[in-house]
Amino acid sequence: MTARVTVEDVERVAELANLELTPEESVTMLHDLNAILDHVAHLNELDTTGVAPLAQVGELSGAGGVSVLRQDKRRPSLDRGLVMQQAPETDQAFFKVPKVIER
Amino acid sequence: MQSDATTTGSFVERPKTLADLHAEIASGQTKSADLAAEYFQRIEQKNPRLNVYLSLTKERALAQAARVDAAAAKGDPLGPLAGIPVGIKDVLVMKGAPATAGSKILKGYQPPYDATAVSRLEAAGAVLLGKLNCDEFAMGSSNENSAYGPVRNPVAPDRVPGGSSGGSAAAVAANMAVATLGTDTGGSIRQPASFCGVVGVLPTYGRVSRYGLIAFASSLDRIGPFAANVRDAATLLGAIAGHDPSDATSSPAPVPDYAAESDKPAEGLRIGVPAEYFGEGLDPEVRAAIESGIDSLRAAGCTIQPISLPTTKYAIPTYYLVATAEASANLARFDGVRYGYRSPSSATLSDMYRHSRDEGFGAEVKRRILLGTYALSAGYYDAYYLKAQQVRRLLAEEFLRAFAAVDAIVTPTSPIPPFKLGEKTGDPLAMYLADIYTVTASLAGICGVSVPCGATKAGLPVGMQVLASHLQESTAFRVARAVEAAQERR
Repeated sequence: MTARVTVEDVERVAELANLELTPEESVTMLHDLNAILDHVAHLNELDTTGVAPLAQVGELSGAGGVSVLRQDKRRPSLDRGLVMQQAPETDQAFFKVPKVIER
Repeated sequence: MQSDATTTGSFVERPKTLADLHAEIASGQTKSADLAAEYFQRIEQKNPRLNVYLSLTKERALAQAARVDAAAAKGDPLGPLAGIPVGIKDVLVMKGAPATAGSKILKGYQPPYDATAVSRLEAAGAVLLGKLNCDEFAMGSSNENSAYGPVRNPVAPDRVPGGSSGGSAAAVAANMAVATLGTDTGGSIRQPASFCGVVGVLPTYGRVSRYGLIAFASSLDRIGPFAANVRDAATLLGAIAGHDPSDATSSPAPVPDYAAESDKPAEGLRIGVPAEYFGEGLDPEVRAAIESGIDSLRAAGCTIQPISLPTTKYAIPTYYLVATAEASANLARFDGVRYGYRSPSSATLSDMYRHSRDEGFGAEVKRRILLGTYALSAGYYDAYYLKAQQVRRLLAEEFLRAFAAVDAIVTPTSPIPPFKLGEKTGDPLAMYLADIYTVTASLAGICGVSVPCGATKAGLPVGMQVLASHLQESTAFRVARAVEAAQERR
């Protein structure tokens, strides 16, 4: 947990996140991530052996219960025309994106 | 409180109470349409300086006001918020109105549906004025991360209003709405309420449906009201709370009459004061104001008990790991395909994703996506994300043990009073560390209220945070009301 992040790490993570950083941005992010992760390293002081991770507070006693799922019945979805109006490019029925496969 | 504020800023103005406005509208003494027009006029006058609203929904507001006036004229029963002008944080969607989330990447997006909290407010009679400025994707503690410029604090316009719901807090402080909705993931309702001298409510996780909320961190995000007084905030919560089939995390627990509950005296309640919230880093003037607020609770018949919450010091790293990990997943949806901004210069799909996100997101959003992606990436998941979830359980269980002995816990909402614009933008970690008193309740899922509790010598507002256990909003309101009543008597 005390490992220092390198520029290569930042670039790798940016790629995973579909972000493209300028060289200047990479340097700033490198500095900020290391400062934050140094602070995060304080968590190592706590022994959490055998502690179950808590992903959702609803499971705690008195917290209002776990998720309530509705019946699996069909109901109308949003109007396709209205949804398509919000997209940068469509053919009315589908979203259009730049070419994925070169022929 | 009011006099402190008015001496330092010309933008502060106190709205009439909901009860008074409701009576005026029901009797026909005030027309809802005139009230809406008055608010739009005030917005026009103050917004150029304060930058509180990003867009207005005049047509929708006036149509609703006309419905309310017609119902009042016929003597039909009116909803609890009939004719009340309300503003909405711009991370909640309203059909046909721009929804930006304070980001360039959603510029031009006009969602085709209403958030549940929005439609419930309108069903209760509220007149929705428009969309309120906030930090980009609700990430920030000063509102300086909005792609549309910062909001200024109506109390002191050279200072920040807090964040991320800065517009929602400032709108109430400047009477540019009678009440507003905000969202709170790590303090984004409570801290701006404190900075602007208004009441802000963090409901229990799951108390209010998030359907139609642009998600930041799904295990933490909550929607809650801002108002000028505790009772009005309680009335708003009553209107938006309750199960919604469109949000599986919304609780089926019955919704009490929060406004009536807030009227009950706080006498006999046991109040815990945790030592860890009064240590190093707490501004002495904030401390003095909170201690005086605690004295007034004692005078109101509460029992004050010192308590200890030792895991508090691990809350910031825990919060920033959980929140950013979830954000990195939630914000993957902004890719230039279905809505919002698409970079014009991309030959391939992969380039289109990258360019759109790079040009569309601001620096803080990128920083959090990177941190979250890192914490979830292969080789680091156990050390960061899993560890944070384990500490989250320790924090939550510590609160539950404390609530076995006390009914509510009081703390400062923020260790510092509102700071100057630009003062902290250069140091993201310092900005995160100032969230120390609010992130704990976020992680534990418990509820809370930030209530005005005096001011610094310079007239800057101080807020007291009143925390209560899961679904115990009524208790938090009673304690907050006692603090408020003591302030009113000064």
